[in-house]
Amino acid sequence: MCLGIPGEIVELIPGQPELAKVEVAGVRRAINVGLVSQDGIRPGDWVLVHVGFAMSKIDEQEAAATLALLRGLGQAYTDELEALAESDIT
Amino acid sequence: MRFVDEYRDAGQARQLAARIRDLCEPGRHYTFMEVCGGHTHTIYKHGLEDHLPETVSLVHGPGCPVCVIPMGRIDDAIAIAHEPGVIMTSFGDMMRVPGGRGSFLDAKAAGADIRMVYSPLDALKIARQNPDRTVVFMAIGFETTAPSTAMTVLRAEAEGIGNFAVFCNHVTILPAIKAILDSPDMRLDGFIGPGHVSTVIGCRPYSFIAGDYGKPLVCAGFEPLDVLQSVHMLLRQLAEGRAEVENQYTRVVPWDGNPRALSAISRVMELRPHFEWRGLGFIANSALRMGESYAAYDAERRFPVPGVRVADPKACQCGEVLKGVLKPWECKVFGTACTPETPIGTCMVSSEGACAAYYNFGRFTRRREVAPSPGLRSGGSAATRATREGDGFERPSSLTK
Ligand code: SF4
Repeated sequence: MCLGIPGEIVELIPGQPELAKVEVAGVRRAINVGLVSQDGIRPGDWVLVHVGFAMSKIDEQEAAATLALLRGLGQAYTDELEALAESDIT
Repeated sequence: MRFVDEYRDAGQARQLAARIRDLCEPGRHYTFMEVCGGHTHTIYKHGLEDHLPETVSLVHGPGCPVCVIPMGRIDDAIAIAHEPGVIMTSFGDMMRVPGGRGSFLDAKAAGADIRMVYSPLDALKIARQNPDRTVVFMAIGFETTAPSTAMTVLRAEAEGIGNFAVFCNHVTILPAIKAILDSPDMRLDGFIGPGHVSTVIGCRPYSFIAGDYGKPLVCAGFEPLDVLQSVHMLLRQLAEGRAEVENQYTRVVPWDGNPRALSAISRVMELRPHFEWRGLGFIANSALRMGESYAAYDAERRFPVPGVRVADPKACQCGEVLKGVLKPWECKVFGTACTPETPIGTCMVSSEGACAAYYNFGRFTRRREVAPSPGLRSGGSAATRATREGDGFERPSSLTK
């Protein structure tokens, strides 16, 4: 739960400025971007996602490194991804 | 994955290790605390201690939110879950944490409606879909997750959702660090600061550690090289007679944190006068509860909460592990009675807990760890795993070039 999972913003959701669709390891989910929107969020941006909220913007290099680190966690990462896949906040 | 190699290059690790060795004063011992469970994980997984001189020890701190929840709070949450009409929601990590009278999983088996969620927003959605029930979210975590809970409450308010409440167990990291600094049995030379908490609170709030206690702190990333570099930065400060807050993790941590996240927390929540931490006891101003204006969303005001303090099981030494006084394998039940499948203490439940991390990645290559504790000798699996593991950096293929 403390793990920040890097996600790539793939779509802004019209009419819902706080929400955006991200892709995380092949899973597309809506997340809340209200805490980073002051930085201007656009498709193609990478964010660190904590429990359904983008908490910081990161660059692609950091995202790649973090993903590799998380994969190394094995089960803990799989559990987190499964939980994310089941999440539906829209 | 070219990117990743930059953070894990074995050659760079060796260079850093050599520079670290050069900075160590002969005959002097250094003890640094990694506050965050994420760092504990990296350290054990990559065997980073093997890359450090014998005179540099890393001890883990209280930065695992699941680990620090006292048993009484689990019992309270279960009591709320058994109230008529309640749906209790919780992160998966919490499900197996033992309270005084069983875990969420046990309560679920006994008929309580307890559901796992990934996000507090999922809990809010369940509330939206079940207007005749009251959905309670078991909120845990440091400043990393507190903003998410706060934002969810703000959203509930904006949408006029009244059947949603938070059982707030959010804790704040600074008072815990202060408690450790004040504790007589801890002699630390510096801190590896928590990475993700700092994305929210920034680096500035740590300045009392340097200013009042004269200890350096370096906010660190989670890659193996990040941790080694942070150790190097700490040692350099000590060698130069400095005690400052430095930021190694600039690629993610802004010096001032995330102001929006901080203002969401302070709008919705207020400090508790005191809160019990597992192993650390009661610490003043160390946790958050719903503020006056959000009392309607406060599960503790909406439901009777027993609030009974439950002592940890006798065999459990999580307190010592959370304070960095004991290493996981020094606990008498580590790997024998206490395993991730049958946890006695919380540090074995969460993947960020020191005991779980050590159980999964434990290695015993360092000379100072050669004499295993009795727990280890009888505790087959952990020891077997440990000997099977390779040597630190060279293991995953991405680490070698
Ligand atoms: S081995 Fe189990 S009881 Fe002992 S400190 Fe670790 S989690 Fe606690």
